[in-house]
Amino acid sequence: MITDFTPFASLAGGILIGTAAVLLMAVQGRILGATGVLAGVLIPAQSSDRAWRAALLAGMVAGPLAYMLLTGQMPAVEVPVSKPALVLGGVLVGIGVSYGSGCTSGHGICGMARLSPRSIVATLSFMLSAAITVFVIRHVIGGA
Amino acid sequence: MKLIATWLIGLLFGLGISVSGMANPAKVLNFFDVAGNWDPSLLFVMGGALAVTFAGYRIVFRRLGAPVFAPRFVLPAARAIDARLVGGSVVFGIGWGIAGFCPGGALPALGTGKADVWLFSAALVAGLLAARATMKLAAGRAAGRAET
Repeated sequence: MITDFTPFASLAGGILIGTAAVLLMAVQGRILGATGVLAGVLIPAQSSDRAWRAALLAGMVAGPLAYMLLTGQMPAVEVPVSKPALVLGGVLVGIGVSYGSGCTSGHGICGMARLSPRSIVATLSFMLSAAITVFVIRHVIGGA
Repeated sequence: MKLIATWLIGLLFGLGISVSGMANPAKVLNFFDVAGNWDPSLLFVMGGALAVTFAGYRIVFRRLGAPVFAPRFVLPAARAIDARLVGGSVVFGIGWGIAGFCPGGALPALGTGKADVWLFSAALVAGLLAARATMKLAAGRAAGRAET
């Protein structure tokens, strides 16, 4: 499946994501990581933390609706993989972000912006392993 | 008030993800497919987000003594670059390369109501809970050994 190169929309989206990360630090004093938000809602450590994480998660899920109000359509979600691949990928992502202590938002944006050596190593590790995985699936196994 | 402000920040993040293309696995997988239908758009997502966060964090830390709604800034204290960090990240990358969703892309995408996103997210939650339970068990065993 070929996708269009969208530098302006992607840059604008990135700026909004960064703005959200900065505002969360200013307001709650926390890193904006999707893994931490999800884990915090599922496994409560402190009740006060759970409430704001749940509010943040509810806001995230409402994001596509805001997009629809602004543009008149839902954001594209095209899934070029099978359902078993989605399940396998989901389980591996859940295990990986738990042991790796973060994902693209927490390590890749917030941690890298703080120049955290841990986050730089984590980001390089998951970007490289994702690229190798896609190469193996599409060009070694799939041969497409 | 606190929760409304935090909800709005989540909304901004979810809107950003929607605009950027990170909620779309076809685009994410093509970003990694340098040898195929390469779509470099996500470089612009990372670049834009990093530039704003890098500058914004510095302004926040310089101008604010404490966050508006919390007593202090809570930053990750861990420093160790170990097998757990790298191994976990590599496993995350494999899953990301198989499915095309990362947590930050999938959670806002739940709002589109697409069954595939909910399936991925259910698997993500299962993996996350299983890993946390295993980590807790291992930590408990280590503590037990230390006592004896």
